[in-house]
Amino acid sequence: MTAANELTAHELSRRLAKKEMSAREALAATYARIEEAEGEVGCYLLLSREVAEEQAESVDERRARGEELGALAGIPLALKDIFCTKGIETTCGSRILKGFVPPYDAHVVERCREHGLVLVGKTNMDEFAMGSSTENSAFQVTRNPWDLERVPGGSSGGSAAAVAAGTAMVAMGTDTGGSIRQPASFCGVVGLKPTYGRVSRYGVVAFASSLDQVGPITKDVRDCALMMNVLAGHDGRDSTSIEAPVPDYTEGLEGGVKGLRVGLVKELMGYQGVGVDSEVGEAIGAAAARFEELGAECGEVSLPHLNYSIPVYYIIAPAEASSNLARYDGVQYGYRTPAESGDDIVEMYRRTRDEGFGAEVKRRIMLGTYALSAGYYDAYYVKASQVRSLIRRDFDEAFEQYDVLVGPTSPTVAFRLGEKTEDPISMYLSDVCTIPVNMGGLPGMSIPCGFSDGGLPIGLQLVGKPLGEETLLRAAYAFEQSTDFHHRRVHPIAETNGVRSAVGRARG
Amino acid sequence: MRLTPEEVEHVALLGRLRLSGEERSRFTTQLNSILEHFEQLQQVDTSGAAAMSHAVEMSNVFREDEPGKSLSAEEALANAPEEARGCFQVPRVIE
Repeated sequence: MTAANELTAHELSRRLAKKEMSAREALAATYARIEEAEGEVGCYLLLSREVAEEQAESVDERRARGEELGALAGIPLALKDIFCTKGIETTCGSRILKGFVPPYDAHVVERCREHGLVLVGKTNMDEFAMGSSTENSAFQVTRNPWDLERVPGGSSGGSAAAVAAGTAMVAMGTDTGGSIRQPASFCGVVGLKPTYGRVSRYGVVAFASSLDQVGPITKDVRDCALMMNVLAGHDGRDSTSIEAPVPDYTEGLEGGVKGLRVGLVKELMGYQGVGVDSEVGEAIGAAAARFEELGAECGEVSLPHLNYSIPVYYIIAPAEASSNLARYDGVQYGYRTPAESGDDIVEMYRRTRDEGFGAEVKRRIMLGTYALSAGYYDAYYVKASQVRSLIRRDFDEAFEQYDVLVGPTSPTVAFRLGEKTEDPISMYLSDVCTIPVNMGGLPGMSIPCGFSDGGLPIGLQLVGKPLGEETLLRAAYAFEQSTDFHHRRVHPIAETNGVRSAVGRARG
Repeated sequence: MRLTPEEVEHVALLGRLRLSGEERSRFTTQLNSILEHFEQLQQVDTSGAAAMSHAVEMSNVFREDEPGKSLSAEEALANAPEEARGCFQVPRVIE
């Protein structure tokens, strides 16, 4: 029998329902895997074992009483440390929030609790979700389970690495410019950033409020659909939450792609001299061909303003962040540098923020403050917001011809630890394929579509119309089921061909 | 150079950051190279393009004005770095 931590959530769910395994046993298997792999991979900032054991026990008791339980009841879940969890420390990867214990749960955390998911722990991330490699965490390095010398991607790197390493069955992340999809791609798992407003942001530490969105990271597409059934829906505590009916996302999964119009986006296949790795390009080309074999109608489409996504994003997101992060002032919660005698309150703020924030966060506060400052507002912020509307218009026009757009999730496979930390722009460019989707507020998804010669996962990105998650999931499922990439699992740390990793092998 | 170290210092004050001399010079170089990268935006013809601040077209989202549960003073103060007599304590503001 396959070890519990190697199963998908829907496979485990079936075993739990048939009482072949208890939620407590599933949790014990997850913690056993953590014991084995966590020292090498470093996904978790905190393990909430006591809470998890109580939750698992309660699921088992309710099942024993014959209660009707949700499909994901008893499934071990990892939460990015950006979600407020009542009574459990929430740091957002920042020193300035070290020790912060939220007095309430985020909306999505409430939903997960109601559905009986079991909280294994809080995962590592780039500080305030600013980064593409999780190297901006104030606390620890997370390594890519496929190659321990490489990054897991970011900012939801801990969550993606946990799912890939089998130290969680499902995980949650947030995506402002690619922070769910890019780490999912680097770690060979499935990640979905829903339409802006589809999932409530209540209780999620804010980075750039017009772009932030919550979504799942899972082992396969069906698990992703099951998680969406838990997460999606209106919440009056988030005024940008959309009031639209929530479908059962698993219902249409098997509908196939016959007649579906799939557009390969030219601009995602190379950006102003920043090329797409040839192995990545080939895998994406092969994926488009596969869609055609499956009955989809494929074509190529150009969205010219996507070429400007990086500057637009790095003006708008820091501008919003500089405002959102003004709340960290050492007064109501979080870290405070003790005032020195003679310091006024402004000096206390400045010392606190100097010591509490890391370099990338400061860089973005500086950029955003500058872009919003008198004399530069029109040239930067207004201009960027106008180009943003042109990006959205390009998408709207493309969706008159196509149902789903595709391209790579990232121009490269996972890069080496330390490779981009000294050069902010090269780090920023690694999000070139994912950022446009946030600009448009559209749903975007990454699924495994191949492996490089070095054995590193490659991700295919699918982009849908607003609230087009069902179409995305259906297309992703059809592709996934025609391949076996999602069956490869990372196994206990071993060395192959000089690469220390958790060896991938096909699960039979 | 578009941004001088003095301007960087001014922006740091606006952002309530306090930079060391080394940070100031590093940020000056890095911010300038980032801003240079942004120059390409000026080539885009945005005449007639509305500034887009949000992906979802919604405005004035109202709800019923019903009293709900809020945090107790104790809960609100539980994470305070310094508190005194049920209040958040800060350095003297009024001389």
